[in-house]
Amino acid sequence: MNWQAVRAIYHFEMARTRRTLLQSVMAPVISTSLYFVVFGSAIGGYIPEVEGVSYGAFIVPGLIMLNLLTQSVSNATFAIFFPKFSRTIYEVLSAPISHFEIVASYVGAAATKAIMLSLIILATATLFVPLRIEHPLWMLFFLVLTALTFSLLGFILGIWADNFEKLQLVPLLVITPLTFLGGSFYSIDMLPPLWRTVSLFNPVVYLVSGFRWSFYGSADVAVGVSIGMALLFLAVFIVIVMWMFRTGYRLKP
Amino acid sequence: MQHIISIAGLSKTYAGGFAALKGVDLDIRRGEIFALLGPNGAGKTTLISIVCGLVNPTAGRVTVGGHDIIRDYRAARAMIGLVPQELTTDAFESVWNTVSFSRGLFGKPANPAYIEEVLKALSLWSKKDARLVSLSGGMKRRVLIAKALSHEPQILFLDEPTAGVDVELRHDMWQLVRRLRDAGVTVILTTHYIEEAEEMADRVGVVSKGELILVEDKDTLMRKFGGKRLTLQLAAPLAEIPPALARYGLVLGKGGSELVYHYEGEGGGQDTAIAELLHDLGSAGIGFADLHTEQRSLEDIFVGLVSERGQNQRGGQG
Repeated sequence: MNWQAVRAIYHFEMARTRRTLLQSVMAPVISTSLYFVVFGSAIGGYIPEVEGVSYGAFIVPGLIMLNLLTQSVSNATFAIFFPKFSRTIYEVLSAPISHFEIVASYVGAAATKAIMLSLIILATATLFVPLRIEHPLWMLFFLVLTALTFSLLGFILGIWADNFEKLQLVPLLVITPLTFLGGSFYSIDMLPPLWRTVSLFNPVVYLVSGFRWSFYGSADVAVGVSIGMALLFLAVFIVIVMWMFRTGYRLKP
Repeated sequence: MQHIISIAGLSKTYAGGFAALKGVDLDIRRGEIFALLGPNGAGKTTLISIVCGLVNPTAGRVTVGGHDIIRDYRAARAMIGLVPQELTTDAFESVWNTVSFSRGLFGKPANPAYIEEVLKALSLWSKKDARLVSLSGGMKRRVLIAKALSHEPQILFLDEPTAGVDVELRHDMWQLVRRLRDAGVTVILTTHYIEEAEEMADRVGVVSKGELILVEDKDTLMRKFGGKRLTLQLAAPLAEIPPALARYGLVLGKGGSELVYHYEGEGGGQDTAIAELLHDLGSAGIGFADLHTEQRSLEDIFVGLVSERGQNQRGGQG
């Protein structure tokens, strides 16, 4: 392992976050707070309890998951797309560093940022709604696993994208719809049977469900299934990244 | 081990079908300054990019310090510093951070004293906290060199180091390269400025259309192909060269009004050749109105080689 190199990239990425701390933390915190105010306090008052918790509290895990997904993807996409775009990537590619180390340091930094942000949002949520976390360790497990998985997806998208339009395309057309339809704001049990079945093809459903289970102990799908699916996505993305590096896809001619 | 880089049968065909390299063999000696000379698009950058791990070779084998660049890439790459042709820098980083980052990336523990030394040697010390976006092109070029030197490489690749660089920086660069060579660093530079190769290189390789058409010590090259040329404007045109002068290998030009004599320059053992020739011309009764001598430059040699090559290829296809 070239630990010096992994550290160098990780620190470089984290330094970039520090430089832009205000916008990278403030924007998600403010937008999530707005959700809490609107859905939790204003509208939530008229919605009956869901699975035994108030609606305001019910949406907290989903909102955190929504942020975690979008942040993981965008952090990692940008982290690898930008050096590719500015061509400074030549240095990383010519360094004595393995593919695994490159991925680990970029994805690690992107996931770290996303997790930190999620914890800040979680802390913000406690200001608006009463929260309880029944399985804190499992909550952290889902947090870390999801952050890693979707940072990996972001990394893949960043390598795939060869212009700024494509960079926007997937998050906008795929990830945002999936997260909104992934049960962040509702339990999929509330859906008609047909749409409930369709939802089961949405990977985000499993993540939100598992994450919510770690808070309130109730889930849309069995926790074991959630964990299994989360690991499956991770494995799929790992295979894709390995393929990309082995063939030099859009990195090495 | 004498050869620090060994390249054998290296070929590269890009996805579009363009053959950038066609079976290149090249050995670089430890501690030399090697200039790869060739027109744009000849394959110089592709060659460097393969050795540095930026481009996958189609065929062939490269070892750096005895380490295979694919199987043993860590050991091979740790020895190399690369200064790319394009000015690619992270706009918002400071000079100090970006150079320190490079050192870490190549697996070396932090060493602020060494980074300071490198920055001072490149006249970058006063700019160490400046953001890269605020630097001039010449300064950015210096930063790229500092990044390449940050991990104390044994081999330095300079891809077109003086393209678009002012005279002062060019001379600074040449000095730096000589200092590095004195410190035992092997330097490989690509250039299409002949002047640069002539000034700095110990050996020269000429690349044309993906093939290495010549590798030679620069001095040998200059002697072998260089030489000097004496041109005499004759007082009266000659129909043919008198037999008495046959041993000089003279050539008649311009309808017999010009006599051209090729001879070696200094140290060629022919120092008195001109005097003898002029004496023999006098004896043969050939008078001349004017004379001049010229030294063939590396540029003449290079242009000659590349165009000769092109003609041969066209002839071969026909």
